[in-house]
Amino acid sequence: MADIALRQISKRFGQIAALNDMSFEVHDGEFFVLLGPSGAGKTTTLRVIAGLERQDSGSVAFDKQSVDQLGPPERDVAFVFQQYSLYPTMTVFDNLAFPLRAPGRHMDEAAIKQRVGDAAEKLRISHLLERKTGRLSGGEMQRVSIGRAIVREPRVFLMDEPLSNLDFKLRESLRVELKHLQKTRHSTTLFVTHDQIEALTMADRIAVLNKGQLIQIGTPKDIYDRPTSAFVAQLVGTPRMNMLPASRAEGQIHITETPITLPIPELDSILPASFTLGVRPEDVQPHPDGPFNGKVALIEPLGVETIVHINTGKQTLVSTVAGIANLQIGNDVRFDIVRERLHMFDSNGDRVTI
Amino acid sequence: MATIQLRQVAKQFGAIYAVKPVDLTINDGEFVALLGPSGCGKTTTLRMIAGLETVTSGTILLNNLDVTHLRGRERDIAMVFQLFALYPQMTVRQNIAFPLEAQRTPHAEINTRIDEVIRMLEIGHLQNLRPRALSGGDRQRVALARALIRRPAAFLMDEPLGALDAEFRETMRAEIKRLHILQHATTVYVTHDQIEAMAMGDRIVVMSAAVVQQIGTPADVYHYPANLFVARFIGSPGMNLLTGQIVGEAIVLTGGGSFPLTDRWRALLERANLPEQRVILGFRPEAARVDPQGPIPGTVYADDLHGAYTMLHLALGDNTTIVHARASRETNYPIDTALRFDLDPAMVRFFHPATEQAIVE
Repeated sequence: MADIALRQISKRFGQIAALNDMSFEVHDGEFFVLLGPSGAGKTTTLRVIAGLERQDSGSVAFDKQSVDQLGPPERDVAFVFQQYSLYPTMTVFDNLAFPLRAPGRHMDEAAIKQRVGDAAEKLRISHLLERKTGRLSGGEMQRVSIGRAIVREPRVFLMDEPLSNLDFKLRESLRVELKHLQKTRHSTTLFVTHDQIEALTMADRIAVLNKGQLIQIGTPKDIYDRPTSAFVAQLVGTPRMNMLPASRAEGQIHITETPITLPIPELDSILPASFTLGVRPEDVQPHPDGPFNGKVALIEPLGVETIVHINTGKQTLVSTVAGIANLQIGNDVRFDIVRERLHMFDSNGDRVTI
Repeated sequence: MATIQLRQVAKQFGAIYAVKPVDLTINDGEFVALLGPSGCGKTTTLRMIAGLETVTSGTILLNNLDVTHLRGRERDIAMVFQLFALYPQMTVRQNIAFPLEAQRTPHAEINTRIDEVIRMLEIGHLQNLRPRALSGGDRQRVALARALIRRPAAFLMDEPLGALDAEFRETMRAEIKRLHILQHATTVYVTHDQIEAMAMGDRIVVMSAAVVQQIGTPADVYHYPANLFVARFIGSPGMNLLTGQIVGEAIVLTGGGSFPLTDRWRALLERANLPEQRVILGFRPEAARVDPQGPIPGTVYADDLHGAYTMLHLALGDNTTIVHARASRETNYPIDTALRFDLDPAMVRFFHPATEQAIVE
């Protein structure tokens, strides 16, 4: 497989800057996810790497060699789309074998059979090989599409929201399969999604994009624990991070219109007088001896955990607790906030860090 | 205020059942979620309650009055579809007033009621804007206000959040429930999203293939699923379900490993008429915990961070059966690490492999 480097890629469509000075590297064997809302530039980035779209400036390199002068076939990438594009009248076997039977390949049928068999086993579709693809379920078709990318053994896999047309249960299981497959084959994979759970659960590293700009790159833990902006903080995590107006006074953080004050971490000198305090729901913890008190406004029991909305002063804090919480709407509740895991953002939405 | 009763209500299209006979009582002020995959009959059930669909057999009672053959608009029930359609040429205030204007309600009363819902939904600052100028979430709030202002006896909602982005869904889900708590109007809410049903419903009616599978509180359907369908459908991921066979004092699992049975469990399973002693062992991902002394061996197939926690996916000995186990976020094992795990006995459930029903005392 290959590593990939993007250097200062920009791309305009008419008046619209689709990509603005985008630079990042994907390591050999890495599962790299591009995450962002629609219009972020994720798909355009993928298409530029594939050679399906020509950048206005900047360069793309595989294994330190520029591929800017190569067309899509010479770049040797495999693209998996959201819409599976299979030949409905062919069997699964023939669909999988199709890229291997391309005239340039000169591959004999025994070798093809071997490769297709291996890929089918990995994707758990061996029992479907003789079936016509027109008769498969959505999940099976997407497995075949992924299989068709795998058999080619390309330098790079590019996947554009391949799971988003599938129902939730199927998405859940294919997520695990794809991750396992990628980890056992060490294939360099760029995966585009707008779904933060897909990004967190599958990626080695995530690049967060918004409006054609690269916002943050990091491991799922980095992105979740140290979002560099309020935008990223609210993009990942469910329920979303509590974002509370707050001020700094007399050595304390005060959450506006609440009785809550917290000691300031080591940030006293650089923390602005007023800012936004971010607190993850799991860091708001109901506890009989908690120092703060509020009223239960809403309870959402999800089974594995319960989302508790707590009114305190004029603010509402969202908290998650394990299991089915023994709380009633209207109850008084004491709680604590985990001091070590506060997030602070200035008026531009940038993280305040030392 | 409304109590809704369905007695043996069924719907057939030709020979095909869209809904097989249902008995269901929805109490005054209750929020009931009809949950199931597409084609399960949940929307048809809702439309029969609304009077938009005739029943093939059975009786529907509204406040103990038979309304089976009354038309929709004679039932004093508000149907809320996807909360989208606002009139673009009208202001927010005019949009909200529209249902009352159509009923020729006196102006003074219209104004009082608009002010009330506007306060409740905290959208006063938007009232003179047109829908085009609103964010997606605010548009939903206005649409909700327009439904609320009618003060119907009951609300029937058909996937009202279906077209929204994930972030708005989360917000609007809480908003609708908060309003329900304020107003206590009887609400029947159709969704295919189990998280929505769990978060909002006082009770959930789980449907599949035209049949009601279970009616219960969120805690009931999560911890005591009536059958395999409910066990799989509720939860993310669903319940782990392992096939096995009772041999002596343990279940020998088809995928590898065995799970020891207490005397109480053995007595329970003895009465269950199991075919060839075969049984299905069920447990939620949070019931499995890694334990070097645990009875079931597995290898790490994948592990993934969900933010606040890690989900471990373990392959059993057959390398085909995958068990999902919820672990602390610090958990981090390389793929193929060999582990053993144990189950929290309080969260162990059993199912009959032929009937697929839960085995209960």
